[in-house]
Amino acid sequence: MSAAVLHRLANLLPPDRLLERPEQLGAYESDGLTAFRARPLAVAIPESADEVIALVRFCHAEKLPFVARGSGTSLSGGSLPVAGGIVIALNRLNRILRLDPAQRLAIVEPGVINSQVSQAAIPHGLHYAPDPSSQSICTIGGNVAFNAGGAHCLKHGMTSNHVLGIKAVLATGEVVTWGGPSRENIGPDWCGLFTGNEGLFGIALEITLQLLPRAECFHTVLAGYRTLEQAGDAVSAIIASGLFPGAIEIMDALALQAAQAAVHADYPPGCEAVLIVELEGPREVVAAQRGRLDEIIAASKPIEARPARDADERAAIWKGRKSAFSAVGRLSPDFIVQDGVVPRRRLGEALRRINEMSREAGIRCGNVFHAGDGNLHPLILFDGREVGALERAEALAGQIIKMCVEMGGSITGEHGVGMEKRDYLALMFNPDEMDCLQRIRAAYDPLGIANPGKMFPGGEGAGPPSHGLHPLEKAGLLSRE
Amino acid sequence: MTPPLQPASLAELTDAVRSAPRVLAVGAGTKSRLAAVDAVKISTTRLTGVIEYEPAEFTFTAFAGTPLREIAATLARSGQYLPFDPPLVESGATLGGTVATGLNGPGRFHFGGARDFILGVRFVDGAGRLLRAGGKVVKNSAGFDLPKFFCGSLGRFGILAEITFKVFPRTESTLTLAVPVADADAAAQIFTAAANTRWELDALDLLPDGKTICLRLAGPTPALLAIAPEIFSRWPGQILPATDAESIWSELREFRWAHPDGLLAKAAITPATWPALDRSLRSLDNARAHVSAGGNLAFISLPSPAQASILDQSLRERELTAVTLRGACPLWLGAHSHPKIALAVKAALDPENRFPGLDD
Repeated sequence: MSAAVLHRLANLLPPDRLLERPEQLGAYESDGLTAFRARPLAVAIPESADEVIALVRFCHAEKLPFVARGSGTSLSGGSLPVAGGIVIALNRLNRILRLDPAQRLAIVEPGVINSQVSQAAIPHGLHYAPDPSSQSICTIGGNVAFNAGGAHCLKHGMTSNHVLGIKAVLATGEVVTWGGPSRENIGPDWCGLFTGNEGLFGIALEITLQLLPRAECFHTVLAGYRTLEQAGDAVSAIIASGLFPGAIEIMDALALQAAQAAVHADYPPGCEAVLIVELEGPREVVAAQRGRLDEIIAASKPIEARPARDADERAAIWKGRKSAFSAVGRLSPDFIVQDGVVPRRRLGEALRRINEMSREAGIRCGNVFHAGDGNLHPLILFDGREVGALERAEALAGQIIKMCVEMGGSITGEHGVGMEKRDYLALMFNPDEMDCLQRIRAAYDPLGIANPGKMFPGGEGAGPPSHGLHPLEKAGLLSRE
Repeated sequence: MTPPLQPASLAELTDAVRSAPRVLAVGAGTKSRLAAVDAVKISTTRLTGVIEYEPAEFTFTAFAGTPLREIAATLARSGQYLPFDPPLVESGATLGGTVATGLNGPGRFHFGGARDFILGVRFVDGAGRLLRAGGKVVKNSAGFDLPKFFCGSLGRFGILAEITFKVFPRTESTLTLAVPVADADAAAQIFTAAANTRWELDALDLLPDGKTICLRLAGPTPALLAIAPEIFSRWPGQILPATDAESIWSELREFRWAHPDGLLAKAAITPATWPALDRSLRSLDNARAHVSAGGNLAFISLPSPAQASILDQSLRERELTAVTLRGACPLWLGAHSHPKIALAVKAALDPENRFPGLDD
């Protein structure tokens, strides 16, 4: 059957853009969640929106599962292929179709890299705000599918808050256009519903993104503490003061050690936790607020507080922070990145319990997290070559997820449910609510061909577990957050 | 007409939804067109009150029928506010009605609209099931984003019962600058230029007189006073005394400038489309408009609902869309269509068509 399907598929694309040989498929078998692997029937590489539409309509007619893929950086296994289905690789739809500084928007194809949008906008004094750690490689199409976040979500929101319009081909083959150049929307928020659909509704073909003026001035402070709890208390004090930083991040000892080893980041000696806080705004506003922030941090008794004195020092602080994940990953052959959210006031308690659970399980676990919005990223280290190690790591991950839900939080802040957490979605939603989500999915995709096996429990499984760094990670191109 | 049902608990709300073949939620009735539909009305006025509020979390959860006035007062006690600046607070508008209409005020300019601050909902679907979507923490991406979808959905897909929002700390002070403009073209130029500056304006509006742009700054007073001269060096104007400024923003928020018995519609526009739309409004007797959110949002008021067809045509020609808030006119004005998927999602959430249709 598969040979016949491939034969018909070959009518849609020239042979060099339809990969079928095992050695060609290898690079597409896995994504940022390297613990899972599956071999697709073929990888289609369209170069235009019309080709994507034709491929989706073909899949619909043939009841053939498809998985859209950008750079494959999903940490939840969102772009894991379906065995027997095809991967639609969107990397060649990488044009910025329009950059309009007057309207402060960019219309882009799904394969455009996140940081390229800002690079194009910077000459006009603008930028694209969502900044996932993988921003130098992840694509806007993937950001939209999984509603990607970043370090500045508390103030500036996630991808969804920056998408003004979407043209998409749905799994039924229907082509729709929602929203447009206006910041305002009339009628139900169809763009909002599409963003974060995890590839279950269809494929975005053109995305209208809002651009924001770049903040004129920053005041970035790095403070080292003897304990994680002290760093957490400093966060509470900052929030209680009424100051509103653009980013508040914390790294724990393991993450610091790794960042030091990987990018020679320099942290105050003897600290077990580092807090990074950044004020942003017009220079007059930052000047009026920086003193208060410095006082609050001084009162929180850090070992040392280091305000960035210039743009280079600020960049160095962020480089250490953004490299932390892949750096921790180098300490271990395999790892799982968690993405749970807890109410901010329970951060300290959550971290204590994660430490206890990791000690009991005898599994090392590093922590880097967005303290401003309660989004934790415990990084669970294991060696997939050891019998049962993956299962033990997954069991610890499951404990952490359950804890987040019990605390009133979420199983995922910004990575999405994907393959990794599909068995846990029902912790947050009762059977009627799961049914409601399934009905909506079925409205978009009655045949269940768009990224099947993701988000919802059960269903299509993945192939055998795998281990090791992602090929892009080995090349230093990919970092996980 | 049957008086509205008035459920006082979530159980009574689900019963009310199941009690009639066609139902529609209504709040305080401040946007009267939305309820002008043939259906049994379910009033949310007894489903009221803030359920949870954690200032340190920047979140609250309230029943859909809670007046915005009550929410604003609760938040203000902890120095916080709803950054999307919802209209009709003093007129008694409810949180649920604001979400269902997707209604934002001038503050929308800086941080976004209701859709950017909503985190979670409990709603009743067309089968009478009480369902949760989204979450209660400021960051969450589990499941489809139905809370956003409900913003602007006009009660056609479900009835909101509880809503969780993200809020922000209120800045120490605001400063409003009034700049005179000759015409809509000049206004559009300021919208475009002022939005791409270092100033981080809190609001950027053209008043209904069509001759004054108000730029609002928010932050520490000395910083705002330092920025103001730079703005005036580009566009001469004056700083408004605080009481004058507050009365202007209040007049805008409450639509006191609009014709009381006419048509009031909300349109999504851009600074670039405003001048042409303004010209066509001028051909209508006594048309008024408040252009908000830096030229992205227009509230249009016409003295007679009979003028709606001309406005409809004018919006259509420019591929713009509006929704009628008040006046006996069609719900949607201008370019509008429902793709197949809209009906499929409607059928998924409301299989028995218990809520009004998308065009009713």
